[in-house]
Amino acid sequence: MFDNLSDKLQSAFQILKGHGKITEINVAESLKEVRRALVDADVSFKVAKEFTQKVKDKALGEKVLTSLQPSQLMVKIVRDEMALLMGGEAVELNIKDNPSIILISGLQGSGKTTFSGKLASYLKRKKSKRPLLVACDVYRPAAVQQLRVLGEQIGVEVFHQEDSKDPVAIAIAAVEHAKKNGFNTVIVDTAGRLAVDKEMMDEISRIHKAVVPSETLFVVDSMTGQDAVNTAKAFNEVLNYDGVILTKLDGDTRGGAALTIRSVVNKPIKFVGTGEKMDALDIFYPSRMADRILGMGDVVSLVERAQEQFNEEEARKVQKKIAQNKFGFDDFLNQIQQIKKMGNMKDLMGMIPGMGKALKGVDIDDNSFKPIEAMIHSMTPYERENPGVISGSRRKRIAMGSGTSVPEVNRLLKQFEDMNKVMKTMQGGGGRALSQAMKRR
Amino acid sequence: MGFFSRFRSKEDNANLDKGLSKTKESFFGKLARAVAGKSTIDVDVLDNLEEVLISSDVGTKATIRIIEQIESRVSKDKYLGTEELQSILREEIAKSMGESKSELYGFDLLNKKTPFVILVVGVNGVGKTTSIGKLASRFKAEGKKVVLGAADTFRAAAIDQLRIWSDRAQVEIVAKEMGSDPSSVAYDTLKLALEKEADVVLIDTAGRLHNKVNLMNELAKIRRVLQKLMPDAPHEVLLVLDASTGQNAVEQARQFTQATEVTGLVLTKLDGTAKGGVVIGISSEFGIPVRFIGVGEGINDLQVFDKNDFVNSFFEA
Repeated sequence: MFDNLSDKLQSAFQILKGHGKITEINVAESLKEVRRALVDADVSFKVAKEFTQKVKDKALGEKVLTSLQPSQLMVKIVRDEMALLMGGEAVELNIKDNPSIILISGLQGSGKTTFSGKLASYLKRKKSKRPLLVACDVYRPAAVQQLRVLGEQIGVEVFHQEDSKDPVAIAIAAVEHAKKNGFNTVIVDTAGRLAVDKEMMDEISRIHKAVVPSETLFVVDSMTGQDAVNTAKAFNEVLNYDGVILTKLDGDTRGGAALTIRSVVNKPIKFVGTGEKMDALDIFYPSRMADRILGMGDVVSLVERAQEQFNEEEARKVQKKIAQNKFGFDDFLNQIQQIKKMGNMKDLMGMIPGMGKALKGVDIDDNSFKPIEAMIHSMTPYERENPGVISGSRRKRIAMGSGTSVPEVNRLLKQFEDMNKVMKTMQGGGGRALSQAMKRR
Repeated sequence: MGFFSRFRSKEDNANLDKGLSKTKESFFGKLARAVAGKSTIDVDVLDNLEEVLISSDVGTKATIRIIEQIESRVSKDKYLGTEELQSILREEIAKSMGESKSELYGFDLLNKKTPFVILVVGVNGVGKTTSIGKLASRFKAEGKKVVLGAADTFRAAAIDQLRIWSDRAQVEIVAKEMGSDPSSVAYDTLKLALEKEADVVLIDTAGRLHNKVNLMNELAKIRRVLQKLMPDAPHEVLLVLDASTGQNAVEQARQFTQATEVTGLVLTKLDGTAKGGVVIGISSEFGIPVRFIGVGEGINDLQVFDKNDFVNSFFEA
């Protein structure tokens, strides 16, 4: 995601290599590069300046640790400062009230409606809430319709008054409706507005006063440039919001806004939007984000997503099958489907350290599993369970059936065999695996 | 003269000034402060100038280039006063926005075969559909026969949104079900436009992040499909950029240009606090002119971009 920034920081730290100690001179050289990289990543000019000053002070103060490479030390300082700047620990939503009212605000096109839908889906799936979506954008053509379509997709009721042009009244009526009908969270989607539009800012302030939200969220496009400072401040002055949502992070923006906003308004970033699908919403973790910015990957996120999809029982079954040499193509197909459930392949790969750079300009097709699936589907159940029996003529038939070629089938069989071997050795040394398999029996 | 020249009444100029006044005030105000009380350009002035440009999203690359040019001009011309600095700045910025492309050459409908096909592309939320609504109304007012194509079949209610704009502008629209193939919508739109001998075709597309190769390939497919009916279509590919976008806009311009041969830019939401300075770099790096600017939500709040007006309204009181 932030490849360019990490490239630049890496080259900045190259300058430090070969020096035994961080001195005033070599730190100044590399920090100039860091500052430029930050500004190019759309970090506010002022914030970048302050940030590099802080890093400089820390770096010079830490001369003692000369056992580390100066460049390593600098990476550590920059990373720690960056995580600190973006807000320390993760902050959860305040949804304890019944009903909890969540007010969504932001500029035009920042992604408020899409986020509202994602949030409703998240609260429903993961927090076992009964959310109500409220369509208060009475200005943009088809905005209400957009929310209704999303509501239908995720199975959440959408409160709307097609004939009303008064968002304040709609919001109040929606809260009443929620109380009467047992909705415990109310998500109020509002129209996009510019911070300089007094009338519109006054309107959202009136909505805010009328419904007294327990969470007011400011949605901001992660591609925002230097203007992030102004907008974040202006909305904060009017709404004193509780948190920030960073959208469209699945793009290749370096996302300097993430660094800027917390330091300017001192409000935490609570969620990040990472795609157009309704489940493409992640909680914001400042330290992971800093790692990601520095090209250290986001391994923790990857592990968590994997955990979410793989249930343990399933995993144990697979292990057993491998141990008994019964891991067949049907199980393999199963595994593929689980990987696919974890999300977009490119997102997943991007989270592995070092992969971000390697993937620059490469598009990993979610369809890359298709030929493999087709080949497996072209096998008979007997063949899937006993890959050993797949002879030359069977291979020809599978190739024909799946629209692939015999060499491709050969490759798959070879890979499958290799994989089986590797998995067996990974079971923790022959003896133990065997004894465990015995125990289970 | 370009096709739009007749639109540029005095009133339009007043509107442009109004729309750009935010940009102008802050840029000019900061610049005035930067040079206040200075009789020569010293390091402080250049540092302040750097801050002004960078805070306007001009970007480090373009900023450094502009400052270097000013430095060399100063050492050669022995610059002295504030006013001269302003005029040098104006010149240098105007120059870096590229001078080779004449304004609106692509829109000179009178010399072109009809219909004139315009494909509108961009990332999510920049204002593509709104810009199309405003453009349709503009063309309609000019007496052109317009057909809209709702090829954003992905985003919820995008089709309804365009339909409302088509009602407002009273122009025809071709739309299919949500989720249908955008290329087939584009094809049907052009087919209808040819049958009805329309003058302008505006095709809306779904917002897509430029790093998603498959979605970018979809744009190439739309182009190929249009060319089956009309070999030189689309005649214009407009990339819509949000003025509040930072340096990522450069990457957007690069990727969309590679995928669809962008021929013009539309800079939206200039009525906010955002400066839109990033177009200076984009225009010079890719040689793509800015065609229109969006300065409000009304159907008439889209204006023809004029480089000199744009630069002038930075510096002229």
